[in-house]
Amino acid sequence: MSTLTLSATTFDEEIAASSHAVVVDFWAEWCAPCKMIAPILDEIAAEHPDSLRIAKLNVDDHPDIGRRYQVMSIPSLLVFKDGELVKRLVGAKGKSQLLTELAEFV
Amino acid sequence: MTPTRNVVIVGSGPAGLTAAIYTARANLAPLVLEGEPSSTTDQPGGQLMLTTEVENYPGFVDGIMGPELMGAFRSQAARFGAELVVDKVSRVDFSSRPFGLWVGDPSADEPTHRASAVIVSTGARSIMLGLDAESRLMGRGLSTCATCDGFFHQGSDIAVVGGGDSALEEALFLSKFADTVTVIHRRDELRASKIMQERAFKNEKIVFRWNTVVEDLIGEQALEGARLRDVLTGEISQLDITGMFVAIGHRPNTDLFRGVLDIDDNGYLLTQGTGTATNIAGVFAAGDVADHTYRQAVTAAGSGCKAAIDAERWLEAQGDAPENIAETPTEW
Repeated sequence: MSTLTLSATTFDEEIAASSHAVVVDFWAEWCAPCKMIAPILDEIAAEHPDSLRIAKLNVDDHPDIGRRYQVMSIPSLLVFKDGELVKRLVGAKGKSQLLTELAEFV
Repeated sequence: MTPTRNVVIVGSGPAGLTAAIYTARANLAPLVLEGEPSSTTDQPGGQLMLTTEVENYPGFVDGIMGPELMGAFRSQAARFGAELVVDKVSRVDFSSRPFGLWVGDPSADEPTHRASAVIVSTGARSIMLGLDAESRLMGRGLSTCATCDGFFHQGSDIAVVGGGDSALEEALFLSKFADTVTVIHRRDELRASKIMQERAFKNEKIVFRWNTVVEDLIGEQALEGARLRDVLTGEISQLDITGMFVAIGHRPNTDLFRGVLDIDDNGYLLTQGTGTATNIAGVFAAGDVADHTYRQAVTAAGSGCKAAIDAERWLEAQGDAPENIAETPTEW
């Protein structure tokens, strides 16, 4: 499944509507580690279309959402299940590490 | 059996990518195992990926952004045919030749890659404070990457721990966002260069706490403050801050090579004489992983070049070089 781009107006609706676990990548243009994990998240999204939804939220464009979830470090990956925040991963990680952390949702 | 490469380069900072440029131009078709993304400086592109402006890399009159510089190094290596792979080495076997390198499962029987020569350029990573509270508050106010997280501290009171160039660089960068930046340093003078000191002293948002160490961090869900101890008087005080950036030094990434390559008292790889040879013939070391003294992008690049030439000559001498090797000319 393709990666979803979230905004402040679509965030709540998309998170609540998804039947899959949603992994939201809080990122920004100026964050080099964010750019390094972006292609890895795309790969993971492509490999697990039936269980995971990968979404992106630009913290520059939508600072309120970042504040709501106390995101103070990027990249941060917040995992939502049935609309609830269930896991938070801070910092860039390699693909194998990310898959280990996300194994419970796959 | 896994085919044997001429050269495998472990790490992709200035040292590794310069070694890749040189060995690729010498027709050695190097493989670069770049490492995996991380937020602790142990990552593809190395420590410059977490910096902003690099002002002292020769050739860039107006400075260049660290990630942009490393992107250029990488493209230049790729242009000459270096193969670059985002993988982290999990185990090495240097006991016999060709050398073995594993990525992923280190217990696999067969190595992922074999190499006639290996250049180790795994760099160094930031040291943390070693407090229990660090894991709880990492990413919740505590950070290792000012360029990543400075943005979240607009209008806040924050602190930087350390007294070197990287500490002051972070403090200056963070002063664009924060109301105050307190630099906490355990001594009464800075290790940082004069030019950085002058800039920091001139900046009205930056204040210094001398002879002070961080005893503990306060806050459950988010950082609320730090407990500080004056090392001269023993006096304990509390500083209310919502952000803290740690820049107290670096530790070389040599865990993979313990017991295999010779390491000095500080954990850095030892090289022989003025060259880059390690204690194992055919294994060379370049960049911060073998440099406790200079640790600059340009010195790392320089030693990467030396390692490439050392590897070329060694392969030739062993008769392991491909027929079309084009050794880097060093006599003019």
